[in-house]
Amino acid sequence: MSKKTIVSFKLNGTATDVMVEPRELLIHTLREKLSITGPHIGCETSHCGTCTVDLDGISVKSCTVLTVQCEGAEMLTIEGFAKGGVLHPLQEAFTQEHGLQCGYCTPGMITRAYRLLQENPSPTEEEIRFWMAGNLCRCTGYQNIVKAIQYAAAKMRGESVTSSHPLMAEISA
Amino acid sequence: MIPRSFEYHAPTALPEVIALLGQYGDEAKLLAGGHSLLPMMKLRFAGPGHLIDLRKVAELKGISVVGSELHIGAMTTENELIFSKLVAEKLPLLVEVARQIADPQVRYKGTIGGDISHGDPGNDHPAVMMAMDATFVLVSATGERLVKATEFFHGMYDTALTPGEVMTQIRIPVPPAGTGSSYAKLKRKTGDYATAAAAVVVQVQNGVCSAARIALTNVGPTALFATDAAASLVGKPIDDAAIVQAAKLAMAICEPVADLRGDEAYKTAMAGQMVERALRSAVSHVK
Repeated sequence: MSKKTIVSFKLNGTATDVMVEPRELLIHTLREKLSITGPHIGCETSHCGTCTVDLDGISVKSCTVLTVQCEGAEMLTIEGFAKGGVLHPLQEAFTQEHGLQCGYCTPGMITRAYRLLQENPSPTEEEIRFWMAGNLCRCTGYQNIVKAIQYAAAKMRGESVTSSHPLMAEISA
Repeated sequence: MIPRSFEYHAPTALPEVIALLGQYGDEAKLLAGGHSLLPMMKLRFAGPGHLIDLRKVAELKGISVVGSELHIGAMTTENELIFSKLVAEKLPLLVEVARQIADPQVRYKGTIGGDISHGDPGNDHPAVMMAMDATFVLVSATGERLVKATEFFHGMYDTALTPGEVMTQIRIPVPPAGTGSSYAKLKRKTGDYATAAAAVVVQVQNGVCSAARIALTNVGPTALFATDAAASLVGKPIDDAAIVQAAKLAMAICEPVADLRGDEAYKTAMAGQMVERALRSAVSHVK
């Protein structure tokens, strides 16, 4: 066993120190040492994207990053999205547009979509599908995920938004 | 899936990297984007005693025009290639290939130098580098040497890199006017290796092909430089007959290994199709 080292980074705005072996993967540190269980373990082979976190302004699969590589980093996970009890526009959008069923892929989807919208505030459907291709969903068929990202993009641009779902108005009423 | 134990090093300058390689020799592996090496370490196919992370080495970053070449730092990521206005303007083929590699998250981490140095015949840059006549800068304790892409790949995971060497830069000539290029890749799904793929660069003057380079991905132990196929195009218009003939000559050098992507005959046939597709696309993009 190699000597453990202390790694310091900012996690959802909070200064965080953690002691790890060099071989520890970021997803294991987050889930097992820091109680950040939003990022999930799906395939553990950098295919499914459910472990996606935002690391220094890029989306990464935290099953394929070593925690020791995160010294000094700024990290955002799904736990950092809602502020003061108010959902982030992406979280609101995924509920309004039914962008999930079982929910397992959702933290990764939202975290990835966040970075996409930072880079491209008005993506076309084609661009959304291309730039979300690293996240797999086995429930929705992706249609409502695309709609949710379009909804969030509009809301984040300051436009008024309504759910495209026919029953949503009744539920809200 | 947890890798074997190793010692982690994160040097900040190239001389430190060279010194660490000298100190640890065979026990050391260089870590670039980590999306080939870390999966291999998790599966215990690789178990280096020392991991030398290149992420802090500033000399390995950056894209610039130097004379008639584009110089690309080996640690430039795939998404940095895709987002670079300079690359889009000077070497659109590089953007085209990077967009077909893996998926967005992997492209934020995966690097052009790592993709090439790994020596995996399934990686996409090797064939493209051959087609673009790229040169690689390799640095070791004894200095710097330049190796052509066509001389670099020796076998599966076997390249011209020696244990003490680091690839620092990729140098690609900016193509002259009248050049068209394309990368056609058949894959089963996002993130998969190519079943077969072809990179082509052609020069056309007054409707006649004056020069051509063709290379193939994942249909041999290395990327394959299809010289006969390319030579068959030169001196005549790139019409349907010429395209079919070039594809046949490219298929003749394929030696794929059967796997879940298909048997030898299928992969060879698809390599031919990719050559045809890439040639048609390249001809339509000549400018």
